[in-house]
Amino acid sequence: MTILEFTPIVFLISIVAGFLGALTGLGGGVIVTPALTLLLGVDLRYAIGASLVSVIATSSGAAAAYVREGYSNVRIGMFLEVATTLGALAGAYLSARVPTSALAVIFGLVLLHSAWQSTRKPPADQRGDGEDRLAHALKLPSTYPTAEGPTHYDVRHVKTGFGLMFGAGTLSGLLGIGSGALKVIAMDRAMRIPFKVSTTTSNFMIGVTAAASAGIYLSRGYIDPGLAMPVMLGVLAGSLLGARLLAGARTDVLRWVFAGVVALMAVEMIWSGFGKKV
Amino acid sequence: MTDQRMEKIIGILLRTGVMLAAAVVFAGGVGYLIRQGHEKAAYATFHAEPQILRTLPGIASGAAHLSWHAVIQLGLLILIATPIARVAFALVAFALERDRVYVVVTSIVLAVLLYGLFAPHS
Repeated sequence: MTILEFTPIVFLISIVAGFLGALTGLGGGVIVTPALTLLLGVDLRYAIGASLVSVIATSSGAAAAYVREGYSNVRIGMFLEVATTLGALAGAYLSARVPTSALAVIFGLVLLHSAWQSTRKPPADQRGDGEDRLAHALKLPSTYPTAEGPTHYDVRHVKTGFGLMFGAGTLSGLLGIGSGALKVIAMDRAMRIPFKVSTTTSNFMIGVTAAASAGIYLSRGYIDPGLAMPVMLGVLAGSLLGARLLAGARTDVLRWVFAGVVALMAVEMIWSGFGKKV
Repeated sequence: MTDQRMEKIIGILLRTGVMLAAAVVFAGGVGYLIRQGHEKAAYATFHAEPQILRTLPGIASGAAHLSWHAVIQLGLLILIATPIARVAFALVAFALERDRVYVVVTSIVLAVLLYGLFAPHS
């Protein structure tokens, strides 16, 4: 295949990945990497490098819209970024030492989890009792806009959330994904932050986390300009389109279809990991 | 400066960075397709990129000589720099607010990011 044939195909795949990623809240990276490796036979390391830069693009591109809504919490984001960026460095170092077959298996497992996660409805905001002194020392509690006006929220289990965020950062650096699903779990389930605040703050954090490992991938020669160009432009275009078109649309059926596709890719990734010689 | 105002400026900063990066990547991509479009796409086996596409000075000098690969890498570098600029801006804003705790927190994040970008890795 010549580059003139290859590039438009990658571009189209990336648009679809970005579109579906925005629609389901999973991000494009988790879809574009398996699609490139399974459909086009791209080496996993090239795919991860290209996907990582597209993750920065979508996170930063969508941020302006989220900020306008006034949900994200810059203090929570910055504090947890200490954990995610350190995790991302650890993940990027690990990625050079883990064989690609093992990477494929880990990626498949993360995909399976994402598929399961994407079929679940956003949980109702939970309120726990008891104060977290660390949260107050760090000035994490804040207010967010609701139908009844600005509403106060507390933040709990800061240490647990911080630990989970290190894990999310490691996966991001290892697999070149945003690992937004894990970040939301840490903030929403563990720290009991309202769902809207969790998702928007997580989106804010994804770009910073990915930037921590992107420099390492670049200097290691994993980021190929010919591949990263259509992936980054495609995922960015697709995600902006997805965010605009489907802001209030019903996406229940699409979510199930999407979960099925992702699960299928997960199984194929794991299969290819075991099929390769270590 | 209030937190809301800080976040608004951060949002604009991020969007501008991404659009600039996308424009540079697109320009480099057009040049690359015209120049090398007829060649075979070879991504099935991994070869680390040449040194000139891996370091900041290499990319800068390559882009200055209109090597299309280097122009695309330059756009990707702008993209990587965007969230880093965002953190640097937050550091200034927290300093203006005299929020010592968050000056420290933000400095740590910035140090980690700069280490990832500038420290030599193999």
